[in-house]
Amino acid sequence: MGNILEIKNLSYKVEDKEILKHINLQVESGEYLTFVGPSGSGKSTLMRIVASMLTATSGDVIFDGMSIKDYEPIKYRQRVSYAFQQPTLFGKTVKDNLEFPFLVRNQEYDQKKAISALEMVNLDESYINKSVNDISGGEKQRIALLRNLLFRPEILITDEVTTGLDTENKEIVHQMLERFNKEDKMTILRVTHDESEIERAAKKITIKDGEII
Amino acid sequence: MSNNLTVSNTTLVWGFGLVLVALFIGYREKLGINKDVLVGVVRAIIQLSIVGYILKFVIKTDDNWLTMACFVIIVINASWNAGKRGNGIPKAFQNSLLAISVGTVVTLGTLVLTGSIKFVPEQIVPVTGMIASNIMVAIGLCYRNMLQTFTDREQQVLEKLALGADIKLASIDILRDSIKSGMQPTIDSIKTLGLVSLPGMMSGLIFAGVDPVKAIKYQIMVTFMLLASTGLGSIISCYLGYREFYNQQKQLNSKLLQ
Repeated sequence: MGNILEIKNLSYKVEDKEILKHINLQVESGEYLTFVGPSGSGKSTLMRIVASMLTATSGDVIFDGMSIKDYEPIKYRQRVSYAFQQPTLFGKTVKDNLEFPFLVRNQEYDQKKAISALEMVNLDESYINKSVNDISGGEKQRIALLRNLLFRPEILITDEVTTGLDTENKEIVHQMLERFNKEDKMTILRVTHDESEIERAAKKITIKDGEII
Repeated sequence: MSNNLTVSNTTLVWGFGLVLVALFIGYREKLGINKDVLVGVVRAIIQLSIVGYILKFVIKTDDNWLTMACFVIIVINASWNAGKRGNGIPKAFQNSLLAISVGTVVTLGTLVLTGSIKFVPEQIVPVTGMIASNIMVAIGLCYRNMLQTFTDREQQVLEKLALGADIKLASIDILRDSIKSGMQPTIDSIKTLGLVSLPGMMSGLIFAGVDPVKAIKYQIMVTFMLLASTGLGSIISCYLGYREFYNQQKQLNSKLLQ
């Protein structure tokens, strides 16, 4: 399979501090990469640059044969989706959150699609009208991930999304991502500190002091 | 119209005693406001005296260009002050200038065209001041609210952007809250009109001997005028202002956040 993503000599500086130094990386379509390394090593910064949430100081990111700079950022982010470590839920109910990806794409909300997505993360139909205040931490992360996954992105970036989750919720998230990777050939870039996830990872990339080692 | 206004220079000097009350409170409670109070009082006396003489000249001259010049000066001044309240928001002055100009022209134009007021300096200049100052305050509140809510909801905005939302969809809640915050004081003051306050325009007319029933009509007109103008000013400044929180790549400009 060809490269879906190519990071070329990418650096990122904040004032005089170098956060990322000359990163080079090629990601094949359908790969499941796990980024590891100490806190503050630049993993999240790299992911945010790939997700077009930050702009590199120098270097380039090539997605699907074209520089990230040449994409319309909004369209790009619908294809390369970034999931946060501690997400917030929008609006009042779970429905408000699952409706959001439809709003983003100017599409009419499809309740059936939303309910089947919920079932995918072991949450039943009754959750759709639940208040976001009545949702546990684990459920919140699963629902937040559904916002990224409702319309399958080509690349999903998960930034420590299982941090703080119990074993059961971690397993649900883990299995869901595995399924998307295997069945839908979704490319996944995962940042994690979780030992069990690191152990199970098929391909690991270690970042230390802003460099791939 | 009977003229029984009797504020002489001597009564003003006696009135200054009331400033001493504020200064005493500041001193006794160690509020650290006495310098501000004194500077404010001196500025008010100087500014109002100058404006009084200028208005006297403008009204006496009754020249359309001079009236327009007053209009422009008031609008630019109000925009400058509203821009300062932007606290680092780029183009705050330019956006305020557009918002205040549109708000003032539309409202004032409507009043003149409907015959509510005449295009004469003694009516145009004070009404322009009234409209522009209210929009200025509304824009200041909009900017303050926008800075605060973008800061408070940074994570939510980032998540919406990461999901592929356009900057407008990512900021729509903040936009609505900010527009509302600009209009809220006008809406609140309307609710208590006549019950708590007899506002400036109406009080001024009653002072000058106008029949209170007639004065009320003017006040109702002013109320409509302020609702429209603060609404227009708030919506324009907010819709132009929120874009400044993003860069060209549609990323949130975190440096602007508090």
